[in-house]
Amino acid sequence: MAEESRADLVAAEDVLLFVNAAITATGQREFHSGAGAQRLSLDFLHEYVRVNYRTVYAAALALDINDHNAALIVRHLLVSADEASADDKRVEGRLIAARLAALPPQRVYRLMRALRAAKVNNRRTRAIFRDWLGARPDLGFDAVKYRAGLKSAARHVHLPFADAELGDFLFRPGRRPHYAHPLLDAHRRAHYEQGALYELPFTVAEGFAARHGVARETFLKRVAPRATRLERLRFQGRAGAPAADLAGLPLTRLALFVLSLAPGERAARRAELTDALRAAALRAAGPHARSWGRVAAVLDDSYSSAGSGVKRRRPLAVALACHFLLEALAGAGAYRGWWTSGATDALLVRPRGATPLGSRLLDALEEGPERVVVVSDGWDNAPPGLAGEVLRVWRTRLDPGLRTRVVHLNPVYDADGFDVRRLAPSVPTAGIRDAEDLPALVEIAAFAEGRTGLAELSTYLDRRTADFVASVR
Amino acid sequence: MTALDLTGLSAGPAQVWGGIRLVPLLRAEPVAGLRLHREAYGSGDFATEDVRLNDGAHYTSYIPHGFVADWSGEGTAAAYGTSLGGAAPAGRVALHRMAKRRPGDRLRFLPLHLALEGYLALHFGGPSTLWDTWSREALRSGLSPRVESAYLGADVPGLADALRVFEIHPRQCGVLVYAADALGAAFAVPHPDDYRALHATLLQDLFGELIHQYALFGRPAAEFTARIEDRHVRGTGDLRAAVRAQERAWRAAHDTVMAAELYATSYAFSRVYRMGGFDLWRFLPPFERGGAAQHIGEAITDRRGRVAYLKTFRLSENQVRRGHLLRSLAAHDWHLGRCAQALGTRPEELTRRIRDAGFASLLRERG
Repeated sequence: MAEESRADLVAAEDVLLFVNAAITATGQREFHSGAGAQRLSLDFLHEYVRVNYRTVYAAALALDINDHNAALIVRHLLVSADEASADDKRVEGRLIAARLAALPPQRVYRLMRALRAAKVNNRRTRAIFRDWLGARPDLGFDAVKYRAGLKSAARHVHLPFADAELGDFLFRPGRRPHYAHPLLDAHRRAHYEQGALYELPFTVAEGFAARHGVARETFLKRVAPRATRLERLRFQGRAGAPAADLAGLPLTRLALFVLSLAPGERAARRAELTDALRAAALRAAGPHARSWGRVAAVLDDSYSSAGSGVKRRRPLAVALACHFLLEALAGAGAYRGWWTSGATDALLVRPRGATPLGSRLLDALEEGPERVVVVSDGWDNAPPGLAGEVLRVWRTRLDPGLRTRVVHLNPVYDADGFDVRRLAPSVPTAGIRDAEDLPALVEIAAFAEGRTGLAELSTYLDRRTADFVASVR
Repeated sequence: MTALDLTGLSAGPAQVWGGIRLVPLLRAEPVAGLRLHREAYGSGDFATEDVRLNDGAHYTSYIPHGFVADWSGEGTAAAYGTSLGGAAPAGRVALHRMAKRRPGDRLRFLPLHLALEGYLALHFGGPSTLWDTWSREALRSGLSPRVESAYLGADVPGLADALRVFEIHPRQCGVLVYAADALGAAFAVPHPDDYRALHATLLQDLFGELIHQYALFGRPAAEFTARIEDRHVRGTGDLRAAVRAQERAWRAAHDTVMAAELYATSYAFSRVYRMGGFDLWRFLPPFERGGAAQHIGEAITDRRGRVAYLKTFRLSENQVRRGHLLRSLAAHDWHLGRCAQALGTRPEELTRRIRDAGFASLLRERG
C-alpha cells in the first residue's frame, strides 16, 4: 500500500511538472537560458511523459497549455499512434480535434508540415486534418494567406478540391483569366493593380506593397481595415497607422502593449491605459470578481523580468496583468501589490535591479492577507534563498493553521530543472503564461501542496477533458 | 597611505552563475564631485595601441578604452560610447600618456594599464650597482623589453554570461569578480549611473592567468543561501530582525573571509596625478611569497583618503614571484651573494631562479 501511494505521489508530481512546463515553455530563448537548451529540455520532457503517462499526456491538451506545446503534443501523439490502444485513440482523436479547432491556423499548417517531414501519413492523420480543413470557414482565404501551408497540406492529406477554382489557384496559377472568389481574384489582380492589394489580408498585402513600391505610410493608412487586431496593435504609433482599439484586448496582451510604450507616453495616457487594463481584468475575472477577500501580491520587476529578445518583457507583462487581475478578484480596496523594486506606480514599472523577494514577501505577509500570490521567475538573489526561508518560517512558526494561503506563479520555464523554479517546497508553484488563467492555475497549484493525490488529480483532468471536448462539439 | 580605505562601499548579496561569483559593492550615496566616463578606442579588432611613457620608453598593449575622470562638478554623465561635448570624437586617438589632462577639470587615463605599467616598470632600469655577475646588456638596457600577458575578460569562460544575467542593484557602484571563489578583480566607481554604463566593460578588462584557469576548470560555485534560525521567531518583527541579521552576517563573512586579501593587505601607493580634491594612485602589493593572493591596481581617493574609483588585477603566481625577485635584488643592491643569503639560499640557486623567471639576459654567461 505504501509503495503504491509513493508511486502515486511521484506520478502526481510528474504530471504537475509537465503541466507547468507545457504552460510556460515555448522553446524560445529566455533570460537565463538559450533556445537550444529550452528545446532540448522540453523535448525530453515530452518524450518522458508520453511514454510513461500517455493518457495524461493527451489530457494536457484540455488544459490552458500554450500553443507551442499543444502542437508538439498533437505531433507526438500522431507520430507514436501505434503505442496507443483503440480506446485511447478514440479519446485522443477527440482531444486532438478539439485542440486543433482552438489553435491558430498558422500553427496547424506548420504542424502538418512537420508531420509531412516526419512521414506520418496514415488514414487517421489524414482524416483528422481533412476534418479540420473541412471546418475552415473559407479555404479561399487560407489559400491566399497561408498559400504554402495549404498547398503542402492538400498534398499531404490527399484533399480533393470540390471547386476546381481553388485547385487551379494553388497548383496551376496563371491558368484562369479570373476567379469567382473575390479574394482569389484580388490576389490575381494585385500583381499589376495597386488598388487590389488593399482587398487582401495584411501580411499578403505587405508583400505586394513592397513589390509596387508603395510608401509605408500610405500603405498602413489604407490597409488598416484589413489588418487583424494584433497586427494593428503591432503597428500602432508608426507613421500613418491609425490608433489601435484597446477595448476588448486580452489582459496579458494589453499589458505587453502598455510595457512597450515609453514611460513618458504611459504617464501621458495614464487614464486611458488604466481604464483599459481594469476593464480587461474585470472581464478576465468573470464570475470570480470581488470574491477573494484580502489579497496581497509580490510582483517581480527585477532585471530578469525583461525576458529575452524573442519574449520581450513577457515575465513583467504577466506580473502587471496579474496586478490588475488580482485587484479585480480581491474585495473592494482589499488588494495591495508589492513590486520587488519598491515601485508604487504599477503603470510605470520597468525591469530593473535585483530581486529581494524575501523582504517583499515579509512586507506582504505582515499585513495579514488571506491570500498571497507571488509572480516571479524564482531567481531570488538578494540574498539568495531568503524568500524560501521566510515562507518556511512563516508556515512552521507563525501561521501553522494556514490562515494565509500562499501560491507562487512562475512565467519562466527552467530548462535545467525541467520545471518552473520553486521558492520553497511548502509553497505550491504553477507555471503561468497568460494572467487570464490565474484562477484555474491556483486550482491546479492546490494539487502541488501535497494534500491531494493522484486520484483527485485524475478526476480533475477527466473533468477538464470532458468540459473541453464538450465546449468544441 | 598604505591600505585601501573602502569606507562607504559595502558588499551586497552575491549572484552566482556557473563558476563566477559577482559581489556587488553598494554605496549609500554617490561620491560627490567626481564622475567617470568611458572613451572607446579602436574598432573592436583587438588591435594593440602604443603608449609613449615619460622617459622615452614605449608601452604596447591591447587597449579597448580609456576612462575620463571629471571633477568639474557639472555632473553630466555621458552614455556608453558617446563623446563628451568639445572632446575629440571617439575613435583612434593618439595616446601620448597613461594619464593626460583634458580641457576643463578632466583627466583621461587608461584603466588597469596604469597599474600594469607600474608593475612592468618595477626596477625596469636593471641593476643599479655594477657587480661583475651582470651582463653588459643588463647594464645598458635594463629589463627592456619586459613582457607580461593576461586574458581578455571575454575569454574568461562564463564571465560574459555571468555579467549578462547579473541584476545590477539600484545603489551599486562596483563589483568584485570571483572565479571558483578566488578574487580576480575589484572594480568601483563614484556613481551608480557610471557603474551601469561601465558594467559591460569588465568584458574588455584584463584578467590574470589564474582566474582564466579557475573559470575554465572550476566547478560551479555554491550559492550562499540564507538560513533563518526559527526557534526564537514569535512574530513578523522577529522574522524581519532575523532577515536583517542574515544580511549583516553575509557582509561580515564576505569582508573578513572572501575579500580579506583586498582589504587587509598593505600596498605601496604612488601618486600619479592630483585633480582638485582627488588623487589618482597606483599601487603594488608587498610581493610576499607563500600563496597569498596579490593584487596590483589603481585608485582615485577623495580628500579623506576614501576610495572613489578602484580597479585591481590579480597577479598570477609567476608574476608575484618575479616581483618578489626584483624587490629582493634591489633591496640588496643587486648583490647576488647577499640577496641569496637573505632569501636563505645559495647564489647558484638564486641565479637559477633568475633564469627561470625569464630574466636570463641580465646574467653574464660564465665559461
